[in-house]
Amino acid sequence: MATLQDRFNINSQLEHLQAKYVGTGHADLSRFEWAVNIHRDSLASYVGHHPMLAYFALAENESIGRIKYNLMQKMLLPCGLPPEKEEEG
Amino acid sequence: MFLYNLTLSRASGIQCAVYGNFSGPKAQEIVVSRGKVLELLRPDETGRLQTILSTEVFGTVRSLAPFRLTGAKLDYLIVGSDSGRIVILEYNKDRNAFKKVHQETFGKSGCRRIVPGQLLAVDPKGRACLIAASEKQKLVYVLNRDAAANLTISSPLEAHKSHHLCFAVTGLDMGFDNPVFAAIELDYADADQDPSGDAASEAQKHLVLYELDLGLNHVIRKWSEPVDNGANLLIPVPGGGDGPGGVLICAENFVIYKNQDHPDVRAVLPRRSSLANDRGVLIIATATHRTKSEFFIFVQSEYGDIYRVSLKYAGESVAAVAVKYFDTIAPCASMCVLKSGMLFAGSESGNHALYQFLSIDDKDGVESSSDTITESEQGFMPVYFEPRALRNLQPVDQPDSLAPITDMKVANLANEEIPQIYAVCGQGPRSSLRVLRPGLAIAEMAVSPLPGNPTGVWTVRKSVHDDYDGYIVVSFANATLVLSIGETVEEVNDSGFLGTVPTIRTQLLEDSSLIQVHPGGMRHIRAENRIQEWRAPGHTSITRATSNSRQVIVALSGGSIVFFELQQGGSGILAEFGSKALGAEIKSLDVPPVPQGRLGASFLALGFFDSTIRILSLGPEDTLEVKATQMTNSPPESLLLLDTPAAAGPANPADDDSSAPGALFLHAGLANGVLLRSEVDRVTGSLSDTRTRFLGTRPAQLVPFIVGGQRSMLALSSRPWLGYAHMGRYTMTPLSYEALEAASSFSSDQCVEGICAVAKNSLRILTIERLGETFNQQALQLRYTPRRFVIHPDHKTLMIAEADHAAIPASEREPLAPLENGAAMSEDGQPLTPEVVRAQEDAQMGAPRGAQGQWASCLRVVDPATLSTASLTELEFNEAAVSLCLVRFNSAPQLGTVLAVGTVQSLTFYPREVKEGFIRLYQVLDNGRRLSLVHRTPVGGIPGALSPFKGRLLAGVGSALRIYDAGKKKLLRKTEYKGLPTHVATLSAMGERIFAGDLQESFHYLRYKSAENSIYSYADDAVPRHITSALPLDYDTIAGGDKFGNLFVVRLPSDVSAQVEEDPTGGKFAGSTGQLNGAPHKLEDVINFHVGDLVTAIQRCTLQPGGQEVLLYCTIMGSIGALVPFTSREDVDFFQHLEMHLRQEHPPLAGRDHLAFRGSYLPIKDVIDGDLCEQFSQVPLDKQKAMAEELDRTPGEVLKKLEDLRNKLL
Repeated sequence: MATLQDRFNINSQLEHLQAKYVGTGHADLSRFEWAVNIHRDSLASYVGHHPMLAYFALAENESIGRIKYNLMQKMLLPCGLPPEKEEEG
Repeated sequence: MFLYNLTLSRASGIQCAVYGNFSGPKAQEIVVSRGKVLELLRPDETGRLQTILSTEVFGTVRSLAPFRLTGAKLDYLIVGSDSGRIVILEYNKDRNAFKKVHQETFGKSGCRRIVPGQLLAVDPKGRACLIAASEKQKLVYVLNRDAAANLTISSPLEAHKSHHLCFAVTGLDMGFDNPVFAAIELDYADADQDPSGDAASEAQKHLVLYELDLGLNHVIRKWSEPVDNGANLLIPVPGGGDGPGGVLICAENFVIYKNQDHPDVRAVLPRRSSLANDRGVLIIATATHRTKSEFFIFVQSEYGDIYRVSLKYAGESVAAVAVKYFDTIAPCASMCVLKSGMLFAGSESGNHALYQFLSIDDKDGVESSSDTITESEQGFMPVYFEPRALRNLQPVDQPDSLAPITDMKVANLANEEIPQIYAVCGQGPRSSLRVLRPGLAIAEMAVSPLPGNPTGVWTVRKSVHDDYDGYIVVSFANATLVLSIGETVEEVNDSGFLGTVPTIRTQLLEDSSLIQVHPGGMRHIRAENRIQEWRAPGHTSITRATSNSRQVIVALSGGSIVFFELQQGGSGILAEFGSKALGAEIKSLDVPPVPQGRLGASFLALGFFDSTIRILSLGPEDTLEVKATQMTNSPPESLLLLDTPAAAGPANPADDDSSAPGALFLHAGLANGVLLRSEVDRVTGSLSDTRTRFLGTRPAQLVPFIVGGQRSMLALSSRPWLGYAHMGRYTMTPLSYEALEAASSFSSDQCVEGICAVAKNSLRILTIERLGETFNQQALQLRYTPRRFVIHPDHKTLMIAEADHAAIPASEREPLAPLENGAAMSEDGQPLTPEVVRAQEDAQMGAPRGAQGQWASCLRVVDPATLSTASLTELEFNEAAVSLCLVRFNSAPQLGTVLAVGTVQSLTFYPREVKEGFIRLYQVLDNGRRLSLVHRTPVGGIPGALSPFKGRLLAGVGSALRIYDAGKKKLLRKTEYKGLPTHVATLSAMGERIFAGDLQESFHYLRYKSAENSIYSYADDAVPRHITSALPLDYDTIAGGDKFGNLFVVRLPSDVSAQVEEDPTGGKFAGSTGQLNGAPHKLEDVINFHVGDLVTAIQRCTLQPGGQEVLLYCTIMGSIGALVPFTSREDVDFFQHLEMHLRQEHPPLAGRDHLAFRGSYLPIKDVIDGDLCEQFSQVPLDKQKAMAEELDRTPGEVLKKLEDLRNKLL
């Protein structure tokens, strides 16, 4: 019984973590989901670090405000459309 | 290797700025964040922005918001940073410091996606604040005050929403109803799940209102409604009786008014007629100004155009929104409207500006209104305008900003005492080349010739009741000239001063009588020109004299002094109080001013020709008794006693129970140009804690000078220096001006704190431009964004590669219009040409935009002597210069040193693609002033980096390395190495070794084997660093900077280095044993340090004659810092302990742990953070004492050590 209890606990703990911290992975995480997460993390980090924004702005010759907006917009679909779900057999 | 990191010139770019009253109820103040530095700025009476306070916070500041509790007079500041904490600061006027009032932890540190800190909003009534992350989390804190009127903060109330991105938040003006916050949110949950893309295209931004129920103490998501998908900013509209309330939403191309239960009112943003149709107009900065009866809202677009948004409303119903073009300035990170009718513009790149509003309602401005909005099948009809010169704003001040610096080199091209720093900075038409020299910039107010070469100059007030100086007394070898300061400065003869003798000293006494000391005696000029003369006894003459408002001491030849004091009781008689023979010829003497509430100064300092300094008492009991003696290594040319309370930290009477005044310091300028600074004990007069500093090659003259109302020091040697207390630290800074013979402080109504000086045979009135700056700058405007530059070693010219994306090359723009009124002159006296006019227009309004993939680029040769463009070559065929180097081909010696330029044709980003890449070779002609194209070789990729290599050219093309040799028509490819991971970003070579920096995978050490004509890699780094800059330090070691703001040095282990050299195959076949596709050997980290700002260039240099060699780095936010190697293990231990104590006793202001910040990406290794150590002087005195005790030293000794280290550098 004890082992079952433990497993239940670990699962519930994981679920709790997944709910609390966006991006916490799980066993069935797909490549796409993982990439989307990484990209969103990166984009949020760029937006938070002003020197990075300034660097991008310099390269693209845009204003920093525009770069920031573009990066935020990109967080919607950072890796393009999700792949078709395989039918579960 | 241990290094000491010191920021020499703090970042000058602005990340965000807020306006408020922080120090006093009527104070017009701006707090700016410069990335990791918080600064308090205040315009002075003349409208110049002065930095009142600047503190490093050792964290990334992301958002700022000021707020004020109801009924309070002062603002608090909330800081959203990467600390995972909300920090509320208060400005402490007495200590000139920010004080942390509250610090509440809510999450992990770092700029994370779901940890709040990115966005901040406060309730306009100061009752609550909301701090949000870019995704999901929002926390609301209730702000209140307790019975003792202290600010209190509640525990956080959560308003989270999963899968929701947050673009902007703001606090709505609800009057005294429950606080409501508005947010622009976007739900991505469905888009992530739907492969068809329908959900993504239907994803809609919403305006969400969060209400904080103060009664129930919880937050509810009250209301949510779709808004335009281009929405990016929110502006609260005054409500609660002052206006209709609600919120203005800035979206791409639109401004929309929205409120609960109110229909949307939409107006289009007028757009420039030159703008391509597919470009939107995005608002990037806003500023609101409220008066009692009205409010004004200004918004700025990404192109720099400012619009005024006005609302037509009745009660709470808004009938129309109108957007009117106002003026165009540089795009801003933040704008603030000051109550005094000024606009502060914190530019994204280049200099910031403070403008005066000339009008706020432009009758002729292009206006678009919600009344006239028309919708057609293509969408809403745009409204067009033409940007124009400033009409409603007038620039008042332009604080310099170097941000962003793209490249920097240190060289002594002007043959000066110290090398200059050449930095290219800025973006597009606002970019510039700047020459930096350590020192304060000086402005000349007046220069007038004098008859003959003066020996001294004094300024003196006519009466103690005057605010400003009345006379300038100029002494020559055998005469004295007296000038009266009025509307004009002219010679007078009725002053009572004797004109036929040289003057040694002048002084205004307490009873408004004047003293003139000359070799024959002393003249006491009293009211109504009653003159009393004291004659030097016998065959003696007066050699030196000193005085304050009650005491006069003269030194006679033969080595005696006579002491006079103004008699008490108002008789106005200057009586001889004592005299003393000292037995040695006196070289210099000084008496400090009379302390407040005292009858005289208590000490006199005397310097003798036999290289001694003595302190004499002036007290009534032990008059002229010797209290202390100090030996010097050279005769003291000049002495100055200064009270410098700030030198011992913020020893403020308010904090200190004993209300002890600060320390008294004796400054001695020696004949060999060295300045000594010793502390004088106020009671016993004994001297201690002597510090030395080399000023120049001439004997140092010390002159008292007033800075910021405080008595400071001007030291004149082969260059002038200013010693003053700035932000709690005593600093000695050179003035960027020629050597002065004599000087005095000068005060008039035009210039309160000026310098009156003589240099050769002219009299000059000078002012100091901006205190607290380390470098002064000269600038040359550039046309496009500078990328890289090189300095020609023989001809000493600068060759700059400039390139702008999505810009139209100058040759393809409309032809320059001839000037209407002929050859006019610009403000700085240069003739205006059509080119200059266009450059000025572009700098204000921005250059016209081209399409994606269109490039404008040029090569510029600059003559540093005149700081002018010697030649400019525009690149054609849509090419853009990305790299350049100077190279000498062994196979083509007739070409001499040629300039190789890597260019790309039609480069586009996302993904990075080019049509073709080229390497152009330019021959350098006319003493390095002109470039002539030899040939142009296609390379089939992006030539990201070039370097000379053994008489050939080494080029990084994409991820390959190639060696080229010069041919007649083309470069000839000799060998290639494929297989660097991403893209070559930097290249340098030393002997057989090649150091290649990869865009994502750090450094690779490669070797060229001439026998096999092949390149192979033998070592690389274990850490994936995104290299931006590199500097080889020696054969095994390289320093670099990465995109995330780290600075590091990596080294090839010595055994590997030897092995590679000895191995006949050069370690090549060890390559087969390399692991995980890497090189066989790995580099070792020598230092790791997180600067917190993107390092764009590193240079190795010394910044003063005989100074220490340092690593100088510059960052994209415009700061210049240095890494100084330690010379002894003892120092390392000391500073490590000091750092440790400071981390505990003086945690950083933004709440980020110092060690965690400096180790943000990689643990900090072998670098002592001097910026933290220097904060020692800001720590309260008792803590200073405790810390110093732990280090077995006194606070003075600690400060001295810090000062010494800095002085060694600059």
